[in-house]
Amino acid sequence: MSERAEPRRAAQRVVVTSPRTHSARTHRPYAAIPVMDEQSELGALYMRSLIKAQRRLGLLVCAVVCGGLALLPLLFTLAPSLGGQRVLGLHLPWVLLGVLVFPVVVLAGWFYVRQAERGEREFADLVERP
Amino acid sequence: MSNTWGVAAVLVVALGTVLIGTYGLRVSRTTSDFYVASRTVSPWWNASAIGGEYLSAASFVGVAGLIFARGPDMLWFPVGYTVGYLVLLTMVAAPLRRSGAYTLPDFAEARFASRSVRAVASMIALGIGWLYLLPQFQGAGLTLHTVTGAPTWVGALVVAVVVTANVMAGGMRSITFVQAFQYWLKLTAIAVPAAFLLLAWKAHGTVDLTGPQLPVFHEQTTVTFENTTTVTAEREVVVSGSGVVDGQRHDGPGLMMTQGGHTIEAGSRLDFPAGAAVPHVSTIASNTNASWALPMSSGERFPLYAVYSLMIATFLGTMGLPHVIVRFYTNPNGRAARRTTLIVLGLLGVFYLLPPLYGALGRIYTPELLMTGNTDAVVLVLPSRMIDGLGGQLLGALVAGGAFAAFLSTSSGLMVSLAGVLSQDVLRLGGVRGFRMSTVLAVLVPLGMTLLVSGMPVADMVGLAFAVAASSLCPLLLLGIWSTRITTAGAVAGMIAGGGPALLAGLVTILADTGDSWYHVLLARPAAWTVPLGFAVMYVVSLLTPRRRPAGTNQVMVRLHAPENLGLESSEDRA
Repeated sequence: MSERAEPRRAAQRVVVTSPRTHSARTHRPYAAIPVMDEQSELGALYMRSLIKAQRRLGLLVCAVVCGGLALLPLLFTLAPSLGGQRVLGLHLPWVLLGVLVFPVVVLAGWFYVRQAERGEREFADLVERP
Repeated sequence: MSNTWGVAAVLVVALGTVLIGTYGLRVSRTTSDFYVASRTVSPWWNASAIGGEYLSAASFVGVAGLIFARGPDMLWFPVGYTVGYLVLLTMVAAPLRRSGAYTLPDFAEARFASRSVRAVASMIALGIGWLYLLPQFQGAGLTLHTVTGAPTWVGALVVAVVVTANVMAGGMRSITFVQAFQYWLKLTAIAVPAAFLLLAWKAHGTVDLTGPQLPVFHEQTTVTFENTTTVTAEREVVVSGSGVVDGQRHDGPGLMMTQGGHTIEAGSRLDFPAGAAVPHVSTIASNTNASWALPMSSGERFPLYAVYSLMIATFLGTMGLPHVIVRFYTNPNGRAARRTTLIVLGLLGVFYLLPPLYGALGRIYTPELLMTGNTDAVVLVLPSRMIDGLGGQLLGALVAGGAFAAFLSTSSGLMVSLAGVLSQDVLRLGGVRGFRMSTVLAVLVPLGMTLLVSGMPVADMVGLAFAVAASSLCPLLLLGIWSTRITTAGAVAGMIAGGGPALLAGLVTILADTGDSWYHVLLARPAAWTVPLGFAVMYVVSLLTPRRRPAGTNQVMVRLHAPENLGLESSEDRA
């Protein structure tokens, strides 16, 4: 890279507001594995299945967490007595929305990361198989 | 309220930021160092930095203020701010990092290879950024006003000047360390006082926070009205002091405020006896502490719609905020981006346990804020109110310093993103000079707007920025990442169809008073109709214009989704 070749010009400031997308785009990263070359039908098929699996996983985690949360306002409206219930001296909505929701979200995130990485490992094993 | 310590804390935070900024300038190296350094940051540092930048005025003062005024429905704000990161993690984090994009317009260009998609994304990012900066400035004005009594525009100006100077000097941005430190500073500044407040509450006899009575003055309280205020008294109350009430000049003791509405002119100072029920601003619903603690008690006209719209805006809006996206570039690869986001979820969760505590304690100890309508100040006022002497003052100073740190860090992040967009896509001026000019422009617009804005709660205004992001840039990211069918025409049409109305609705609510009209909630919480609109238009127009699908979509998809563990040189290692 040119900056490194001229260390003496280090004093000159350069504004970095965007990546070098141009150089990134002219590069074909996956050509080294024949099956991942975009010309290959098989590679495209593998890729499509990976995208589909990851999309399903992401949507599933979102649907469970967001869907579960979305039920709460409805529940509190339909059964107002629920809002007055006390758990550990606090009202139920406060316990759910103020405390419990956060560990649940972290747990869901942890589950997602584990599953997504497993999916990618399996994909890598698949395409790198000789 | 004694203020020397508070002023000192704000000064320390502001000066510290400037010093670290200039110091950072000294050790700043070459452009390539900037890129290379981005790969040596660990997920923990990175996550702290994201948390530090994300926790803004809305989180630090706004959430507690809203909960204090309107009850548990407002808990959806912190929940939404956090779940937004879960959606970001599951749908966007890794592919976005792999795209190599530094800003949202960059992503738009990388995915669609189109200048026009980029231009529209830039415009919308600019709109969101300005909408988000506005409440930061407002919150700063409020903090300085609460601590020193200075007019609100002073605080806004201070933050604007400090941040502009810092960004122009080139500090802040490249220094992940500063932002990471800011998270821990903010957590300390809200957690340590909270612990002491709980102890004080126990020492005062563990007053029931949700008792059946209306909020009452805990002790004899002098209330100063800075603005002419319309209040509703639920019980009649006899006050003393001087001022103009219902058009009648009054001095001395024995003024009877009957049950019902009253107008108190600016400049009035009234003494309320201990134990009297607190009259409240007419915009806040009348609630006993018991009914306040229940859901759907905020007195809005369509509470269910408001809650769902807020959920949609915050769940989907986080990914579209200009300063959030930029932070992901410091992750070495998509996998690290995921792990970083997971840690962010934890950090946000810990922080958001605390603001509701302030909101609830405020009902007992600072109920007069319900009457002045200055509810955002509850976090700032509580410590010195509940704890006597030096201890309370020091804790109050800590909170004020933390709040100021929140405004500075979020504004800096936003300003850098906005200046980048302005210099690249609007002014088309390259180099340091162009960037500096853009910084000035980026700050002048929201600063000018603070003068026009009425007293809208800080967190509400931030909610509007989320709504715009959720209806325009969120469809662009989600559909762009997960569907190969999206065309350039679809992307442009969708962003405009969703973002345009949301932005317009936001401006109308901020600048005009739509008050009690039935459509107020549709404008103040537009996400529930603008988000589906944005998604639908983007998808349908794409299906109608299949020929406009960008060439090379498949290669881009490979780049976005191919995992790093293929053992190949991947795009992020070349950065």
